[in-house]
Parts: sequence; structure tokens; C-alpha cells
Amino acid sequence: MRIGIIRFPGSNCEVDVYHALRVLGEEPELLWHQDPLARSYDLLVLPGGFSYGDYLRCGAIARFSRAMEDVIRFAGQGGWVLGICNGFQMLTECGLLPGALLRNASLHFRCAPQYLRVERTDLPFTTLYDPGELIQIPVNHGEGNYVIDAAGLRELEANSQIVFRYATADGKVSAAGNPNGSIANIAGIVNQQGNVLGMMPHPERVVEKIIGGIDGAPLFVSLVKAWERSVRHGS
Amino acid sequence: MLKAQITVTLKQSILDPQGSAVEKSLRSMGYPIEAVRIGKFMEVRLAEDNVAKANEIVQEICHKLLSNPVIETYHYTLEQEHQKEVEA
Repeated sequence: MRIGIIRFPGSNCEVDVYHALRVLGEEPELLWHQDPLARSYDLLVLPGGFSYGDYLRCGAIARFSRAMEDVIRFAGQGGWVLGICNGFQMLTECGLLPGALLRNASLHFRCAPQYLRVERTDLPFTTLYDPGELIQIPVNHGEGNYVIDAAGLRELEANSQIVFRYATADGKVSAAGNPNGSIANIAGIVNQQGNVLGMMPHPERVVEKIIGGIDGAPLFVSLVKAWERSVRHGS
Repeated sequence: MLKAQITVTLKQSILDPQGSAVEKSLRSMGYPIEAVRIGKFMEVRLAEDNVAKANEIVQEICHKLLSNPVIETYHYTLEQEHQKEVEA
């Protein structure tokens, strides 16, 4: 599987994603944001960090980089795009995903393990999770407060575009389990076509027991399995 | 030379936790404060002398980059900036 991880000035989770994918048996490539994509990919990852120092708005400047033109084109052709944290912010800034991410309601930076409820398991990103499964994936952000207007939220709900919701340890999706004030406890959403996923939590940080958990691994393995199925189907 | 002074603020419908924190603080200091909203101020000097063209440019950059229309609104003023005379 050809996986590209795009590195921006200020990215700081690209090597974590690279490492996670290697642990899971893949050989991803790190790509530079100023370069056009030199070849075709099966998955592009926009990693976390503070691209351009989060100046102006998180992800706002990165969204105009050369590589993002190709990401937008790739997504339009149905290519799989995964945006994590700052990557999610870029995806909303460039309009591939609706809504926006604001300053956490508490005004505090949140860096902690976080429970999530898996809402969709029919996506290439999530087939290895169980419906409603409670997983633990860390969050690490100051601006993860997802907002969208009432009509937009109705649309997300109607199209089942909410993939992960913040939850408590006993699986309740409630204010007590919400680390940043996100509307409807939204932690991750997918576009209508189901090929662009943005999420604030960091699945790449939990793929090995030795560093605290493996609940992020099914996300990446789901993608690899989905790709293998598509190759078999295609040949 | 034309200079644009641009203010970007969160839409009224969007909660502004920074503004709320400052508002509470000012009230606790005893000031009669109704509400505080926090935004951004930007000063942009344009390499363009035509006012109509400059307006177009300012609106375009506000829409494309300087504000996010999903959550923010902007307004601006445009004025001639005279080069200050260099003191002898």
C-alpha cells in the first residue's frame, strides 16, 4: 500500500504516524508540503502539529500549500485522506470537511487519554472496530472545539458523518466526557463520500502496548485491509 | 499607497470563550461591562493605488485567508497612506 504523510513546517506528529505504520508492517513515505505529489498514493495522511505556528488560524496557511492542491484533487477522485488533529483543522479550512475547530471551551490545552465511541464501522477507516465500541485514544490540542451551524449538524447526523464522539469511561456521550466543548461531542467526522476522515484524537500514538495502548491500530489496519480488498477486487 | 485596516471577529452565533473570560474578569474588577468579544486586527498595505481594485483585493483576501467565513466575519476601512516626510 502506498501511503504518503505530508510534512509541513511545524508538523510534529508526522514521525509518529510514520512509526505507527511501520509497526503495522507498512512502508510509508514522508512528503514535503512544497512538492507536488510525485506519484500516486493509496492513502494520504495530514499529521498533527502546529503548521506555520498556528498563525492566523490553525491549518489556515498550510491549506494553501502546494501539496494541498494535490490532496484536494486526490480526495475529489475518491482517494483516502486521513487528517489528524492539525490535519483535521486543515481539512475544515480547505472545505473538504464542513464546520471549523475553535479554541477549547475551557481555554485549556488538553493532553490526556480520551474515551471515544465509534459511531461508524462501515468506512475503510473503521471496519475493524465494533459498532458503538468504546476506545481510548489520546487528545493533544488547544483548538479542538468543533462547531457547525444547526443545519450543518442536522446534515452530519442525517448522513451519519459523525465517526467518533467523545465519551466517558462508561461509554456515555455526555458533557462530562467532552474535553473541549465540541458540539454533539464530535471528535471525528467523514465527508459524505466516506473517503476523507478528520479527527482530533491521535490514533498513531496508541498502536503498541508498550506505550500505553493499541486502540488506534484498528484504524490503520482497517485501511490496509480495505486496500487489500480493493486490489483483489480490481485484479 | 492604500492601507486597509481589517477587523476579524467571531460571528455572533459562535461562542467566544476568550471574550467570556475577559468579560467576567472585567466585571469582577467592578466595571459595568455588558459583553466582550475578542477578534483580530490586521493592517495591510497594498501595492495598488486604484481604490476599486484595492477593495476587490481586500475582500478577496479576507474571504480566502484572513477570515474563515464558517465562523468569522470581517470588516475593514481603506485609506490613503501618505509617506511621512523624512526629517532633515
